[in-house]
Amino acid sequence: MPDLLIEIGCEEIPARMIDGARDEFVKRVHDLLRRERLLNGDPSRNHAFSTPRRIACFISGIEARQPDLKEELQGPATKVAFKDGKPTAAAEAFARKAGVSVSQLQTITTHKGEYIAATVVRNGRSAADLIAAELPRELNALYWAKNMYWRASKPERFVRPVRWIVAMLDGEVLPLEYAGVHAGNRTRGHRILHSAEIAISAPSVYARELDNGKVIVDSAAREQRIRKALDAATRAIPGARWREDTELLKTVVNLTEFPGVALGSFDRQFLSLPEEVLVTVMRDHQKYFAVEDESGKLSPHFLAVLNTDRDYDGVIRHGNERVLRARFSDAQFFWETDQKIPLTERVEMLRNLTFQRDLGSYWSKTERMRGLAARLTAALNDGETSVSSRSVDEAARLAKSDLTTELVKEFTELQGVIGGLYAKAQGIDTVAADAIYDQYLPESSDDAIPRSVEGALVAIADKADSVAGMFALGIEPSGSKDPFALRRQANGIVRILAEHTLPLPVSIISDAALAQYRRSDELRGKLRKLDNAPDALAAFFRERLEFYLRDVLGFAYDVVNAVLAAGSNDVPDALARAQAVTKVRETDDFLAISIAFKRIKNILRQAQERKETSSASFDRSRLVEPAEQDLGNHVLETVRQVQALLPLKRYEEALAAIARLRPVVDTFFDKVMVMVDDESLRLNRLGLLATIQLSFSTIADFSEIAAGS
Amino acid sequence: MLAPTFQELILRLQSFWAERGCVLQQPYDLEVGAGTMAPETFLRVLGPKPYRVAYLQPSRRPADGRYGENPNRLYKHTQLQVILKPPPDDVQELYLRSLEAIGIDLRKHDIKFEEDNWESPTLGAWGIGWQVMLDGLEITQFTYFQQCGGIDLDPISAELTYGLERLAAFLQDVDSIYDIVWARGADGHCVTYGDVRLAEELQLSVYNFEAADVAKAWQHLQLFEAECKSLLDSYWKLKESNGAPGDPSGQVPLKRFPLLGAFDLCLKCSHIFNILDARGAISVTERVGVIARIRALAVGVAKAFLDQQQAPIEAPSPEHATTSIHA
Repeated sequence: MPDLLIEIGCEEIPARMIDGARDEFVKRVHDLLRRERLLNGDPSRNHAFSTPRRIACFISGIEARQPDLKEELQGPATKVAFKDGKPTAAAEAFARKAGVSVSQLQTITTHKGEYIAATVVRNGRSAADLIAAELPRELNALYWAKNMYWRASKPERFVRPVRWIVAMLDGEVLPLEYAGVHAGNRTRGHRILHSAEIAISAPSVYARELDNGKVIVDSAAREQRIRKALDAATRAIPGARWREDTELLKTVVNLTEFPGVALGSFDRQFLSLPEEVLVTVMRDHQKYFAVEDESGKLSPHFLAVLNTDRDYDGVIRHGNERVLRARFSDAQFFWETDQKIPLTERVEMLRNLTFQRDLGSYWSKTERMRGLAARLTAALNDGETSVSSRSVDEAARLAKSDLTTELVKEFTELQGVIGGLYAKAQGIDTVAADAIYDQYLPESSDDAIPRSVEGALVAIADKADSVAGMFALGIEPSGSKDPFALRRQANGIVRILAEHTLPLPVSIISDAALAQYRRSDELRGKLRKLDNAPDALAAFFRERLEFYLRDVLGFAYDVVNAVLAAGSNDVPDALARAQAVTKVRETDDFLAISIAFKRIKNILRQAQERKETSSASFDRSRLVEPAEQDLGNHVLETVRQVQALLPLKRYEEALAAIARLRPVVDTFFDKVMVMVDDESLRLNRLGLLATIQLSFSTIADFSEIAAGS
Repeated sequence: MLAPTFQELILRLQSFWAERGCVLQQPYDLEVGAGTMAPETFLRVLGPKPYRVAYLQPSRRPADGRYGENPNRLYKHTQLQVILKPPPDDVQELYLRSLEAIGIDLRKHDIKFEEDNWESPTLGAWGIGWQVMLDGLEITQFTYFQQCGGIDLDPISAELTYGLERLAAFLQDVDSIYDIVWARGADGHCVTYGDVRLAEELQLSVYNFEAADVAKAWQHLQLFEAECKSLLDSYWKLKESNGAPGDPSGQVPLKRFPLLGAFDLCLKCSHIFNILDARGAISVTERVGVIARIRALAVGVAKAFLDQQQAPIEAPSPEHATTSIHA
């Protein structure tokens, strides 16, 4: 049972793509081996490797050959193949084709009659030939977010040019060729630290032999090494810690083959810059780890992860310090000069900044956001919330003005944050400044949401304006295509509404956002889909709410369906209903009543198909059977209870009250026939059922609840 | 050992690439925003013909000007541009050797190739590649061109763009570009980058941000664009009037058609657009439109140029051609 090693040597693969490509590659190799019966069960040992210059996999104990396959070939009918016990030309032709002699032919019986047949043995192919033949297809199918051509007139595309391939079955090299590269047993070590090629003697010692070539080919081992080096370097500063950063760590693991760490420092005067700016420069632009003191405050140091283990005479440290100094000086210069023009004066400058080609400038967007935010604030203040409309308007007015600052042009990822910091420094009220700071939150499903309700409203106004504008243009996300991240923005709105418990109906948000566009003479002509937008937005937000309840919060799919069928316009309310339904759904009464609701739904549907209109009312005096009288009385009583509980959002109690109808409902269906011949009796009974369906479906449509789960 | 001066750096890189079969070209003598825009890149990467070239290209970006006050930013910076078409298999190793040629001991430094794909909407061009990081400093943009002027490239070219001011400041360990030693005399007397270029940075920043006549610039843009467009139209008309390929009777030689002149006009438009942009004279609605107009010129030139490359070489017939061009 030989070991298999395949390594694809490549020019530097983008760090963000390495892990995914490696895992997919290994899966493809495994699937190929299984499909071709070269691997049975789980391999005793297997390992995936990757560095910026290679992805590789090692699998031990595969079959050297496919097992032979016995196959029965069916020939012509016996009566055609043999005449008078002698083989005909047809029999001879079949035998020839199957590669057997006529005497080896057998007879088989099928449901159509007797036929001749031949048993042939297909010899399994050798693993070496098979892998060599099949692997190029797998390599071509590998997914890359962006790939390229490199050979003249050659069709293959890969993330970067493939430069070498190692493919070995134990000591034997596979006859594999891909993109003009012939596989061998020679790999390459670290670009600079080990320039000679390395001959791999056997798959099982691949990692160790590469180690000698200054390549740590296991990414987990590289991560460990980097962590240790970061710890060791930080120890030079008493009491300091390096700031944990999972994303950054993953990046530097995938930027190095033989990592080391250099500790550098910067001038204390830069600590007067906001921490957000310093950390962004270090992390996003330079890929440095920040260092903090015991109190968690930034210390004037940084840690650079190097693709080498030694820094002779501190040359590398010195170089990195130089770069950081220039970057920080720039940031400091921008920080000071930006403030010579306060945000309030920058609003006008937004006229020259495009928001979106067909949706006008950021100045227009600002005006729309103000109108929208004011409308949402008024809607909220109608209720019992008291939101500072002055702060909301101030924040909306200044929200985009930081896009004109040099600091944001330089560090685009700090948009909003910079605006918030400048606002505070320029004496804008704290509530408004924080709302500006938080306007882009949440940027992902595990990101924070705006801290205040004012911030929430500005963030919603920003996102709703973008989403509504795009829908009005007819640009909707479809499938994997969502270039303007409209899903993310709508998800953000849903989360903010839910987590701030804002009773703002989604329809009001959409309508108010579209109303802003309708008001614009300049844009109206371009918004081809303005009239369809309300419906499209309602469906889109419903889908996003469904995603939030099911995929983010983990509610059962039938609970989500039941709750959304009863309404999806009020996000926190839908959430409260989903929580209530989840709590009661496991009780026997509730499951039983859900079944009863399905039955009611069916009966009403059938009646409707027969054009039997049943208004949701019934005449108590015309309920004749005791079981229906009993149900009628209970329904009226329960309706009263539920009506009292609904405005208080005491959904769990309301659901319990409905579930208590179970015995009388069961008895009703046992004893009473609904579809009787007497029309007035029948219509009255249908009216009773319709009353139940209508009155008790405002929390959830119980017929959606899956039975027996 | 003294670090190389700015001019020694240029000389060493040029001789390194000359020794590897590159034509040493001179900088293109029109204003360009990047070495990519010079015809030695933009036009040479089109079509099947192999080519290797290296040239210095002062690159003007009016909006980046800082009146000579910022130690790291320039209105006009200097690129060394190398085009290898098609790229050899060891193109990365070659590039690393060029760093050794300018005195960088790679074993003492940290070199990384970090993903950085390049795209120019105005040129209809994009490529896949890296920024090359030396001790945390981006010193080179390394791109495998995939498309240029909206045309898929085959073969592709590798483009190496060295940022010479950055490299020189790094090698000389100075914090300001203006302190870079440009030349050092036998007596040790130094001429700095500031001595050579500071006045230019200051005055052209003033021109680009304050003095450039916006109305005239718009007129220039329109004039250059109109001429470029009419040349392109004439090219296709000429081609059409030549009739079916393989019929030599009465053909006007396409080869002498001045598409290179059309490209110069396109470059002019691009630079004027950049000035208008620096002047803050382009409104939101205009901006997208103007970029699209320049792109249309660049794409138009690329398409015609490729067509012209494939045209048969005919005997010249000057009189006939001249009349046709301005028909």
